[in-house]
Amino acid sequence: MLKDEELDLLTGLLSEKYGYDFNNYARASLKRRVGRLMAIDRFPSFAELLHKVNHDAAYLPRMVQSLTVNVTEMFRDPSVFKTIRESVLPVLGTHPLIRIWHAGCSTGEEVYSMAILLEEANLLHRSLLYATDLNPMVIENIKKGIFPMSQMKVYSENYILSGGKKDFSRYYTAKYDWAKFDENLKSRMIVATHNLVSDRSFNEFQVIFCRNVLIYFDKTLQDHVLNLFDDSLEKLGFLVLGSKENLRFSSISKKYVQSDEKEKIWRKMK
Amino acid sequence: MAKNEMNGFKVVAIGGSAGSLETILAIVQGLPKSPGAAIIIIVHRKNDLESILANLLSFKTHLVVKEVEDKDPIYPDHIYIAPPDYHLLIEDEHSFSLDSSEKVQFSRPSIDVAFESVAEVFAGRAIGILLSGANSDGAKGLLKIRESGGYTIVQNPATADMGYMPQQAINLGAAQHVLDADALVATLNGLF
Ligand SMILES: C[S@@+](CC[C@H](N)C(=O)[O-])C[C@H]1O[C@@H](n2cnc3c(N)ncnc32)[C@H](O)[C@@H]1O
Repeated sequence: MLKDEELDLLTGLLSEKYGYDFNNYARASLKRRVGRLMAIDRFPSFAELLHKVNHDAAYLPRMVQSLTVNVTEMFRDPSVFKTIRESVLPVLGTHPLIRIWHAGCSTGEEVYSMAILLEEANLLHRSLLYATDLNPMVIENIKKGIFPMSQMKVYSENYILSGGKKDFSRYYTAKYDWAKFDENLKSRMIVATHNLVSDRSFNEFQVIFCRNVLIYFDKTLQDHVLNLFDDSLEKLGFLVLGSKENLRFSSISKKYVQSDEKEKIWRKMK
Repeated sequence: MAKNEMNGFKVVAIGGSAGSLETILAIVQGLPKSPGAAIIIIVHRKNDLESILANLLSFKTHLVVKEVEDKDPIYPDHIYIAPPDYHLLIEDEHSFSLDSSEKVQFSRPSIDVAFESVAEVFAGRAIGILLSGANSDGAKGLLKIRESGGYTIVQNPATADMGYMPQQAINLGAAQHVLDADALVATLNGLF
């Protein structure tokens, strides 16, 4: 296992040389990521990894990709999407223009899930879904709208659990091993890189999704990012976190109420 | 709780898979009123069993039973359960963190991942227990606990429901003690 000092050297280098600030990421997880990368790319020692990062800028994308965790799925935790269908969409429907931010959306499965929900509520045409992630490689996939066919069985089950009543396969065309999703779903998506550590608030939203991203941050950075969301959320807007994440350790929690006992959805009251 | 009061508490990390539930219940039921240790349980289970385990355990003990959320503090005399579909990590002596990265040994949570993290942070204050199961998760992690100066117990494969998992740990040399369920409960309680 990597030593603390080694991790500090690496994160220091990444932020000074390339502007990627991983200094306040949760260390236990980050150490595992570095260890995993060293095993896969066969670095005999930490010194050699450091040397590579220092002298080969072309290795950076690979580094960023490996340090972050991109695991995601459509309708992940279906019950959240069910609650959104039942309790959040009716509120959104009262707005002429609906702005939603998916922060740290990885390859876009969450964004497509939300687009499907909006489409079924006949709200997609007046919504904008901002899909952002720090990793430029993953967001390319959102623009393509292509996902592995092998996942469709699970996604279709998730979709049904989320309250979906249609045949899930109507949303994509199968081509060999890939499912290409309906162009209409992405017509209202705005895809961009955005780093939650260093970039600022860029709009006001009625809903912000940030699921399974905060778990990779330490408490200080979590608080920083939650304040960024607070600045970016309209009054009475909704903040949706991952199923094991919580607002309660943060300075903004006083302004929010959890809108459902079981789901990680908070509403901004002030 | 004051910081110095928390210094030095032990951590018992229990890993189990198929056939381990009964032994876990027996361990929890047999715990003293105030073991002075934090108990961390990592079991493989289906997502939909979600909170059932926490519920089941809370019927058997007066200690607080909690399914871990991200950055939850670690206190002695509490029982923590790894949530389904996340790896459980120890961020530092005082808090957990979670990670939804790739499965390890076909498992998330992986016992290996949690045990390794426990070994790294708690070293000689860690007690690792590996129970019944049908895959090889946990053996490597248990070895880490042993190598870091922790105390390790493996359920006797001959009397466990599924002997495969504990046997892997024995083969790796991770087991300091190999015990039947009853003896395991008694030995553990002798360590508090
Ligand atoms: C596990 S994925 C979560 C995907 C989706 N929200 C979900 O819950 O399924 C975490 C994502 O957070 C992104 N991420 C990590 N650090 C970030 C940062 N500082 N700013 C923006 N995104 C970040 C990663 O690139 C990764 O795609």
